[in-house]
Amino acid sequence: MNLVFIDQAEGHIKKASFEAASYAAQTAALMGTTAEAIVLGTVSDDLTALGRYGITKVHTVADANLNEFDAQVYTQLIAEAVKATGADVLVFANTTTAKAVAPRLSVKLKAGLVSGAVALPDISNGFTVKKSVFSGKAFANIAVTTAIRIIAVNLNAFTIQEVEGSATVVPFTVQPISSKVKVSGVDKITGEVPLGEADIVVSGGRGLKGPENWGLVTELAGLLNAATACSRPVADIHWRPHHEHVGQTGLAIAPNLYIAIGISGAIQHLAGVNRSKTIVVINKDPEAPFFKAADYGIVGDAFEVVPKMIDAVKKMKGIA
Amino acid sequence: MKILVCISKTPDTTAKIAFTDNNTKFATDGIQWIINPYDEWYALVRAIELKEADAGVTIHLVNVGTAESEPIIRKALALGGDAAFRVNTLEEDSYFVAAQIAAIAREGAYDIVFTGKETIDYNGSSIGGMVAELLDLPYISHAVKFDLSGNTATVVREIEGGEETDQVSLPIVVSCQKGMAEQRIPNMKGIMGARTKPLTVSEPVTADILTRVASFDLPPAKAGVKLVSAEHPEELIRLLHEEAKAI
Repeated sequence: MNLVFIDQAEGHIKKASFEAASYAAQTAALMGTTAEAIVLGTVSDDLTALGRYGITKVHTVADANLNEFDAQVYTQLIAEAVKATGADVLVFANTTTAKAVAPRLSVKLKAGLVSGAVALPDISNGFTVKKSVFSGKAFANIAVTTAIRIIAVNLNAFTIQEVEGSATVVPFTVQPISSKVKVSGVDKITGEVPLGEADIVVSGGRGLKGPENWGLVTELAGLLNAATACSRPVADIHWRPHHEHVGQTGLAIAPNLYIAIGISGAIQHLAGVNRSKTIVVINKDPEAPFFKAADYGIVGDAFEVVPKMIDAVKKMKGIA
Repeated sequence: MKILVCISKTPDTTAKIAFTDNNTKFATDGIQWIINPYDEWYALVRAIELKEADAGVTIHLVNVGTAESEPIIRKALALGGDAAFRVNTLEEDSYFVAAQIAAIAREGAYDIVFTGKETIDYNGSSIGGMVAELLDLPYISHAVKFDLSGNTATVVREIEGGEETDQVSLPIVVSCQKGMAEQRIPNMKGIMGARTKPLTVSEPVTADILTRVASFDLPPAKAGVKLVSAEHPEELIRLLHEEAKAI
């Protein structure tokens, strides 16, 4: 049996967890078994709807104390769920929660962990999972040799398959565990599309010459319902906040569309964005290395090109 | 106050990634090895800052690796570690490496174990969590800020779309990322002093290996860029809408 951990925040299932649920269900189909889910904390979303992603049963621990995350407590509860359900594959979306909990579970369950998986397991000869390595510059096929395997699936790496169905929701009874971590505050960036989850990302580099010119990036992003990002030098000189830095030492992202404006495309930047499905590069230097990694490009001055792109998007959306 | 900083050896960020032996081994010819940037820039430098604020802080370094790791260990000592341990073995898998670090950490009874949020080669984000579980300690991952007040750490960590502030009593394991500290360059005094700082080499403890790399693949090459004239950006928008179906 396969078990997927469904990650929630403020009562809502995180988007990445639907991908993980579908991944668990499709892996279960390959293995001739079923996929169930475990949810911790109080959730307002309809959990039976996880059936649409191929989940047959949802185990819930609807304890409001679990709305505050503690890796040790979550590890204990998920380990109990694995034992109670007899799961031999445990799937996570590769979110910050998974990154804190999955390694602990690997130790606790003596289960091999593949974090950053980008494809379904190959079970033709053992159990091998493809994962992203070298910050997106390569893939490794990892053979997992333990009885229980843990897989954390990268966001946007895998296509959801929707099916007909409704999941049964059952309470999972556990002894309460006290937490050693006190959460004293949560600070969400509001009014912006979260960068890691965005379908479209518009990103700016030093070619934009200064923070006062970022209106071009934010206006285009706003029209496309996109998140905004930047290159490392831009974050380092504080034109943009650090959380927008994408690249090898920043956030690695894999949106459907990545639009790079005034970014030359150094290898460290490419490492963080080269899993994007479609890459568009706007740069006045025809020799910019980014064009080699791009699907579409315009060699031209961003200050002339981007306003025309904005007008064209407005026209397309019937705004102008 | 004792801090253990875990440092890993990784290829330089500009390294060309290629494989040999039928795509089963990373091609190390001509590779420059560096301290994993997250370990150095954030974990180690934050530890050094804590030592600068409180002379009672001792910083130990641990690396799991062969003698090839010694230059990066010496660099970490030059930056500001007081002493280092090297567990003399290949890095078999995350669990094996974490078990080695946990053995060193147990021996030294550290108040804080710092790691980088991930290595830039394997991108596992696993060692900190595994070490914490092996030691049965709280673990805060992806920390962007770390402050101490007596025996209580206030840690700000990244969450999806924001940040969360946590209070935890020591001992604790923390994985560090951008925001924790700023990159430093070792000075001449540090480099000279590093030569005589203690570097203890030990043999690995017995530990299981749960995973192994069967093979590597490189991503498929891009078909080539389709260039649109700078006079007609509306054509790019049309292509993104009709051809790429991306907007």
